Amino acid sequence: MTDTRSQSTNVEQFDAEAVNAAWARKPLYEARKKIFPKRASGQFRRFKWLIMLVTLGIYYLTPWLRWDRGPFAPDQAVLVDIANRRFYFFFIEIWPQEFFFVAGLLVMAGLGLFLVTTAVGRAWCGYTCPQTVWVDLFLVVERAIEGERNQRMKLDAAPWSFNKVAKRVSKHAIWLMIAVATGGAWIFYFADAPTLLVNFVTGNSQPIAYITVAILTATTYVFGGLLREQVCTYMCPWPRIQAAMLDENSLVVTYNDWRGEPRSRHAKKAKAEGKVVGDCVDCNACVVVCPMGIDIRDGQQLECITCALCIDACDAVMDKLNKPRGLIAYATLSEYADNMSLATAGGTEPINPSLVRNADGSFLDKVQHFNWKILLRFRTVLYFSIWALVGIGLLVALGARDRLGVNVLHDRNPQYVTLSDGSIRNGYTVKLLNMIAKPRVISVSIEGLPGATMAITGIDQPEGRSFAIPVEPDRLRNLKVYIKQPPELVEPGKTAFKIIAEDKNSNEKDVYNATFDAPEDK
Amino acid sequence: MSEKQIDEISGVETTGHEWDGIKELNTPMPRWWVWTFYATIVWAVGYMIAYPAIPLINSATTGLLGYSSRANVDRDIAAAKADQSQYLDRIAQMPVEEISGHPDLLQFAVAGGSAAFKVNCVQCHGSGAQGSPGYPNLNDDGWLWGGDINAIYDTIAHGVRWEADDDSRFSDMPVYADLLEPGEIRQVAAYVYGLSGTPSDPALAEAGATIYAEQCAACHSDDGTGDVEFGAPNLADAIWLYGGTEDEIAQQVANPQHGVMPGWADRLGDPVIKQLAVFVHSLGGGQ
Repeated sequence: MTDTRSQSTNVEQFDAEAVNAAWARKPLYEARKKIFPKRASGQFRRFKWLIMLVTLGIYYLTPWLRWDRGPFAPDQAVLVDIANRRFYFFFIEIWPQEFFFVAGLLVMAGLGLFLVTTAVGRAWCGYTCPQTVWVDLFLVVERAIEGERNQRMKLDAAPWSFNKVAKRVSKHAIWLMIAVATGGAWIFYFADAPTLLVNFVTGNSQPIAYITVAILTATTYVFGGLLREQVCTYMCPWPRIQAAMLDENSLVVTYNDWRGEPRSRHAKKAKAEGKVVGDCVDCNACVVVCPMGIDIRDGQQLECITCALCIDACDAVMDKLNKPRGLIAYATLSEYADNMSLATAGGTEPINPSLVRNADGSFLDKVQHFNWKILLRFRTVLYFSIWALVGIGLLVALGARDRLGVNVLHDRNPQYVTLSDGSIRNGYTVKLLNMIAKPRVISVSIEGLPGATMAITGIDQPEGRSFAIPVEPDRLRNLKVYIKQPPELVEPGKTAFKIIAEDKNSNEKDVYNATFDAPEDK
Repeated sequence: MSEKQIDEISGVETTGHEWDGIKELNTPMPRWWVWTFYATIVWAVGYMIAYPAIPLINSATTGLLGYSSRANVDRDIAAAKADQSQYLDRIAQMPVEEISGHPDLLQFAVAGGSAAFKVNCVQCHGSGAQGSPGYPNLNDDGWLWGGDINAIYDTIAHGVRWEADDDSRFSDMPVYADLLEPGEIRQVAAYVYGLSGTPSDPALAEAGATIYAEQCAACHSDDGTGDVEFGAPNLADAIWLYGGTEDEIAQQVANPQHGVMPGWADRLGDPVIKQLAVFVHSLGGGQ
């Protein structure tokens, strides 16, 4: 084989290197580098402990709250009764056709998330997201068994020994126990909790209960214990969406490099040499506490869940150095940009901390600090208004909803029947809804349609215009109703009339606008 | 084996194939992929042995597991029949009028009757049992042969004018075109029309009354209310099987039409007939 091109001597030569040259090629997937977050302490950490306690408490304990609804309804405060198609939430009972309440709550949750994100950034991710809460819980276990960051790293690097096996086994065992409890708590929302617990333990529950617990155990263990920050980085769509919800006035965890740079490990020495130094002493305290494994000093990053543990870590260091807190702080991007501009003389110079400081080390008055008033701006007010509007709408609907209902299905085949005396008869399926947990007698009557009488299959009562029908508590009763009009009063075609369901004791009433069909040429 | 050829640029071994100066690099599949491929082959062979697979002339190989989708269907049908038999057995042993006293049997019978009706009866009586000219509406309260549940049962079981069954309902109205003058037929029609409403011509009707008394009252009774014993329709009500205008009545007097309904006892069996009777009786017109 001959290469004609190489024979030419006047070809242009490029100084290039193949991006994917053999020597530069790397595996497409790199193994995960383990993260060993150090325990932080400070105000945000305390706040996170509190949130963890409250959210886990709500999750695990809610199914065990009781709520007396009388003898005909379950006494579990929060219960999703799928078999009977009822949803109980304290004093509220929701029927399937009222599911819009749940949809409304979901809309409120969505808008609430937008509102919180716009105002205070990714607070959801940092504090209340189940992934964050459970990872935190799993880390507590890991620290308790394997020790603090350095010990854990040492143990991880150490060869397998009895000690290591024992620690690992007990750690995973406790993780699994937490995971089982988590999956277990979930099913209690769907059935009477004490009964279900006994049945579950004795092996008498339905397979779906065991399958659900198994799946949730697996996901909790894998997501919270093994995958951890990878869920947030690679699986969760929310960080991508959330970036679009933030603006320059949202709070984000920010490294104030206008104050910290140039960072130096030997600040005193550098200062003595006449060099400019910032407040950051490059101690990496912010890095070792980060559960996401990032360095906040690199700027805003998708991986950051704004849990503020780096703020706690840095503040502790600043306290030791007798410097003001807030080298890493919640700040808005506009505030940060102003300060940065100040520290770089409008961007013309490298960062010079002396541009933002007085001689005594205090900050210039021009330095911007977070102002709570910024929370009140068009976007947040708009989100809050819509959120509140949906909420008020739901409350109004909740207050005005009926607890008694009538639905009517008109027989279409045949539309009408001519009886031997010439009367026209129409058939209807009437559904009476008694939506309270007490038995009721509901009166069914017709209004309009002169001379018409009604007969109800299975109700032993002579034909008439009003029937008293007992309906079981919290149930729907199906009735086959025949309505008959004498020939001399029948109007040709369709005639509108009303079927009325009424509880004479409570004066509750529901009206159905029905039609009566007769031949057109009568 | 030929000598290994190495591509100069990439340093990767080539397969030795060359097209227009371009050589194919030898980039093998990942090992796991190849083994998965082999595993699917092994699986396919095992599957072929275990399950019916190879088509023969009249059948296929049966497979070691003895699986057959037809046998499965047979088993499912047998299971369904066994489930139903507890109800069907009780229905079979019970007089038809007692079924409605047992709510579970009533529900089963209405559902089963409805299904049987949809297969066997809708062709004539319509999907809502509403009938059509010549085919009775089963929702109304007019019954040629009686509307209590036993009468309905007998009609379904033995049919109407069904010559294969000796117990069949039978009625036959003479062809009055051969017996009466056309004018007389008009008179009778006017009278009969008046039985359920005002006659269009009282003079005609008056003459028709005499003819009616002589010719028709024997079956349709003196007041025109008919007789279910003979299947003679009630002429004094608003229900007309072959149309209720004066012309249609005259037509039916002159050349009566007679519908035929098969007796279903042999074909459907007693429990199904009972279910059908219960269903038809439940339509709202049962007496």
